[in-house]
Amino acid sequence: MAREWLATMTLIRRFEERAGEMYARARIGGFLHLSIGEEATIVGSARALREHDYLISTYRSHGHALVRGTPPENVMAELFGRVDGCSHGRGGSMHMFDIKRRFMGGYGIVGGNLPIAAGIALASDYQELDEVTLCAFGDGASNQGTFGETLNLAALWKLPVLFMVTNNQFGMGTALRRHSAVTDLQRKGESLGVPGMRCDGMDVLDTYAVVSEAIARVREERSPLLVEAVTYRFRGHSMADPEEYRTKEEVARWRERDPLPAFERRLIEEGVIDEPQARRIDEDARARADAAVAFAEDSPFPAPETLYDDVYVLDDEVRGIYATDPGEDRAAAASTAAAAGHGNGAAHADSAANDEISQQLTDALAVGEDGHDAQEHSGPVR
Amino acid sequence: MAELRYREALGAALREEMRRDERVMLMGEDIGVFGGAFKVTDGLLAEFGEKRVRDTPISENTIVGMGVGAAMTGLRPVVELMTINFALLALDQIVNHAAHIHYMFGGQARVPLVVRMPQGAGHQLGPTHSHCLEAMFLHVPGLLVAVPATPADAKGLLKTAIRDENPVIFIEHESLYGMRGEVPDDEERLVGFGQARVVREGSDVTIVGVSRMAITAQRAAERLQTEHGVDAEVIDPRTLRPLDLETIVRSVARTNHCVIVEEGWPHGGVGANLAALVSEQAFDDLDAPVARVTGADVPMPYSKALEDIAYPHEQQVMAAALRTLDVAGAVG
Repeated sequence: MAREWLATMTLIRRFEERAGEMYARARIGGFLHLSIGEEATIVGSARALREHDYLISTYRSHGHALVRGTPPENVMAELFGRVDGCSHGRGGSMHMFDIKRRFMGGYGIVGGNLPIAAGIALASDYQELDEVTLCAFGDGASNQGTFGETLNLAALWKLPVLFMVTNNQFGMGTALRRHSAVTDLQRKGESLGVPGMRCDGMDVLDTYAVVSEAIARVREERSPLLVEAVTYRFRGHSMADPEEYRTKEEVARWRERDPLPAFERRLIEEGVIDEPQARRIDEDARARADAAVAFAEDSPFPAPETLYDDVYVLDDEVRGIYATDPGEDRAAAASTAAAAGHGNGAAHADSAANDEISQQLTDALAVGEDGHDAQEHSGPVR
Repeated sequence: MAELRYREALGAALREEMRRDERVMLMGEDIGVFGGAFKVTDGLLAEFGEKRVRDTPISENTIVGMGVGAAMTGLRPVVELMTINFALLALDQIVNHAAHIHYMFGGQARVPLVVRMPQGAGHQLGPTHSHCLEAMFLHVPGLLVAVPATPADAKGLLKTAIRDENPVIFIEHESLYGMRGEVPDDEERLVGFGQARVVREGSDVTIVGVSRMAITAQRAAERLQTEHGVDAEVIDPRTLRPLDLETIVRSVARTNHCVIVEEGWPHGGVGANLAALVSEQAFDDLDAPVARVTGADVPMPYSKALEDIAYPHEQQVMAAALRTLDVAGAVG
C-alpha cells in the first residue's frame, strides 16, 4: 500500500514536470496549473475513498485524474488537445474528467465545483447509496459565495460530502493572510454547521489518517465535514507566474518539507523499500511520463467535423435548429490553419498583438525556478 | 381535455412526471410549505414528501449547481427560481457548468436538468423583478430554451423538458399564470421541442410572438383583420432553442412580410436574432425589411404610467404590421 502511494506521488510529480516542459515547448496551450508540492494531499485524500466514491476537483486537477487511475497517456493527450485526451480534447488542463473512475471533473471556475459536489452527494443520498463525495478546492475558493451557500445547504440537508480545502497558502498570487480574514480555514465552516479538521498536507500518512476518519464519519453520519490540508505549491500558480508575491527563502523553507523525498526516506528508514527499489519507482514514473508524452504526440487532433459534437445530447430524430452556424465553412478554415502550422489553435497564434503578452510569459518563466528559456507561448496570463 | 390555468397546467406536468419517474425531484425557494411564489407547486409537497419536494435557502447559484451535480449522477432535478432576474445569480452554474459539461468533458456526462423561472412586466415590480431575458439564455450553446404561452404548451413543453437529456431553461410568464385554456388529459401528449405553433393562419403578414407576446400578437391579428382587413399569420416558436425556423420561413414565403414581437430589450434580443435568420434565409421572399417590436431599452420602471408603455401592446404590433405592409406598397 505505502509503496503504491509513493509510486503514485512520484508519478504525479514526474508527470507534472514533463507537462511543464511540454508547455514551455508549446506542445500544450492555454493555462497549465501544476500540483508539484501537493502530491501528499492528493494521494492521501484520494486513497481514503472507496472505488464507488466520487472525487471532484478544480482547475489544478491532473493529479486528481492520475490518482483515480486515469492513464497518464490520456491526461497528457488532453493537455496536448488530442482526441485521446480524457475529455477528448474539449477541456484541456482545467477540465479533466473520467466518468468511469468517478472522477467528476476539474472545473475552471473557482468555487464552481462545490454546488456540483453537493448535488452529487444529494443524488447518492436520494438513491440510498452509501457513496461519499470528496470535494477538493483551494483556499481561494473559501471566499466564494458558493462556499457559504453550499456548506450551509449540505449541513442542512445532511449530505454525504467531504469538503477538503487544499490550503496551498495562496489564492493565485494573494497570500492567505491577505485574502481571508479567518486564516484558520478548518474553522471557516463552523458557523455554517460544518465542523472542521486539519491535516498536514505535506505528510501523506497524516492526510490519509485524517481524511479516512472524516470520510468514515461523513459516510456514517450522513453529514458534511471540512478538512483543511495544509500544503504548499512549489511552482507558480500557473506557468505564467513570476512569483513576485513570495520570497525564494519561503519557497526553500517549504521545499525542505517536500512530501515526496520525505515519504521516500521514511519508507526506506522503516525498511518498507530499499534504495534500489526507490530508484526503480522513480525510474518507472519517469518512463510512464515519457510514454504519456509519446502517446500524446501520436494521438491525432480532433477532426474539424467534430466541432459541433456533444454540444447537445440528441435523439435520432430532432426538429428545429440546435446550434446555428451562419454559413461559414469552419472545417475548411480549420484545415487552412493547420496547413499554416497553427494546428493547436489560438494558443499558438503569433500575431503582433500577442507579442507583449508572450514577452511577459517568457519573462515569467525566465525567473522561474526551473529556468526554462525556450518559450513560444502567447495568450492571457492567469 | 380539461380547462386549466397556466399554473395548474405546469403543476399537472410536474405531478405527472413525478408519478411517472421517481428520479424527478424539485428544488426551489418556497416551493414546498409555501406552495410556490406563484403556486405552481401547490400540493406537491403533500403528495411527494420532503425528499422529492425540497424547500431551499435563498442560494440560487448553489441550488442550480446542486441540480447540475444531481443530474450528472442519476436524478432529473427541476429547479424553480422565483424570477428570471434571480437567475442572474446562478449564471455561473447555468452557463459555465450546466451548459458546458456535456461538451467540455467530451460527452461523458449529461445534465438532464430543468430550471424553471417566470419573467415579464405588468405587476409593478420594478427593475429587479420584471425583465424578459430569454436572449441571455438563447445565446448559450448547450442550453435549450422553452417559452410557453398557453396552458397546453406549458404542460406539454414542461413534460418534454423533464424527459430531455439536456439542460432546459424553462421560461414562464408571470402574467400568464392565471390564464385559462384547454389542456389535453393524456399524459403522453407531449409538445415536442423545435415545433412552432401556428396560432392563426393568414396571408398578408407573418407575426412571430415570443412568450406572452404570442398572445399579444394574436389579439393584434384579430384587430388587424376587423379594423384594417389585414390577414395576419401568427406564429409562436414555443422553443427558441431548438428553433423551428422552417415554419417561420415557409410562412414568410407566402406573406412576404415579417414582424417579430418580443418583450425583451432590442439590442442583441430574440427579435434581432430571428430578424437576422429570416433575412438570411428568406431575403428573396421579403417585400420589406423584417420589423421588430420590442420592450423599451430601459430598466423596467415601477410607475404604472411608465411600465405600461415599456412593453409592447397590440397597438404597437398593429402599427408595425401596417408599416411593413405600407413600405411594401410604396416600393412595389
